[in-house]
Amino acid sequence: MSVDKQEREPLFSPKNIKLLTNPLNKDNPITTQVLGICSALAVTVKLEPAIVMSLSVMVVLSAGNVIISLLRNSIPSRIRIIVQLVVIAALVILVDQVLKAYAYEVSKQLSVFVGLIITNCIIMGRFEAFAMGNKPWPALLDGIGNGIGYGWILIAVAFFRELFGSGTLFGLTIIPQGFYDFGYVNNGLVILPPMALFAVGAIIWIQRSRDKELIES
Amino acid sequence: MQDLVNIFVKSIFIDNMVFAYFLGMCSYLAVSKTVKTSVGLGAAVIFVLIITVPVDYLLDTYILSEGALVWIGPEYASVDLSFLSFIMFIAIIASMVQLVEMIVEKFSPTLYASLGIFLPLIAVNCAILGGSLFMQQKEFNSITEATVYGLGSGVGWFLAIVAIAAIREKIKYSNVPPALRGLGITFIITGLMAIAFMTFMGIKL
Repeated sequence: MSVDKQEREPLFSPKNIKLLTNPLNKDNPITTQVLGICSALAVTVKLEPAIVMSLSVMVVLSAGNVIISLLRNSIPSRIRIIVQLVVIAALVILVDQVLKAYAYEVSKQLSVFVGLIITNCIIMGRFEAFAMGNKPWPALLDGIGNGIGYGWILIAVAFFRELFGSGTLFGLTIIPQGFYDFGYVNNGLVILPPMALFAVGAIIWIQRSRDKELIES
Repeated sequence: MQDLVNIFVKSIFIDNMVFAYFLGMCSYLAVSKTVKTSVGLGAAVIFVLIITVPVDYLLDTYILSEGALVWIGPEYASVDLSFLSFIMFIAIIASMVQLVEMIVEKFSPTLYASLGIFLPLIAVNCAILGGSLFMQQKEFNSITEATVYGLGSGVGWFLAIVAIAAIREKIKYSNVPPALRGLGITFIITGLMAIAFMTFMGIKL
């Protein structure tokens, strides 16, 4: 994916760097913008699918952002949703086929959720909020930034859920056998869906306690 | 008939879109501030699901799945277009949503204004596409079953969003820690509700 328009300002001007770093914390797609929650909760039982999912979303989001940004002046506003969805769906089909070919096991675990990247509001939301009004290069940075911001929450939640739920990380046993001999038990509740909600709730709590600006009145 | 009732009850309670699969969470969290708007959005979701699931069922059975094109001629028996299902489903959904948007704008401008950006975002409400994709996985036998499944999923989503909206209206008067106000506490309440809904999992239908 190449950027064919040359920018006057330097490629990594402070403004552009902000686009990349803001979504990591202050403007995080999940905890602040409330976008892309569905997949974030559903694929975080194990680390591996969470990472694959974050990468897929990042690829689709940054590629889609660039495409939409290139097309932004020729999309009629009444049918823009359909145009955006076609772009997303085409990219997701590509990702889905690649996953089926090279990572079949993970693709099986993710089941319908790869398809649901299409309806991941994070992608549509960024298209609407950013790519429709900005040049390709900032759009690319925005896509990558939001992809990472989304990914780190997923990976953080998946880390705790896999560690406490199954006692493993990437499928390797982490909790030593001695713990189990003393009566330590894997917490089955952590694997169940509701725990993902509590985990994200806790992340929001921590983030907002540190950053008072984000507190809702 | 028995089957249909089973599918209906199952899709509302046991396979609840929000609490079992987390589908449609974005609009669920963002639009659930008051009961009134959430009823509007819930109804729109039910409406869109009732139409898109059966249409996508027809599309899947007669065009997309492997061997579905036999009705044109025997030489098409080996054609498998299922990799196109995402793009076809989403095209149907997007056009339906555009239709609903026009209807709502015409008949209820207040609802239209209060739903704001979330009306077009129904198109990317995962519950809608999720409904179609799960329908594809569940391999229903008839279009009636698919329709009932769409209705049930919609009603399940409607129940979830109205319930959380009612709780959020009340919790405004409680003394929640400042950092948890708004989004944080909603996540935690949803988690508790999801645990409550897990009790339905033991029911065999």
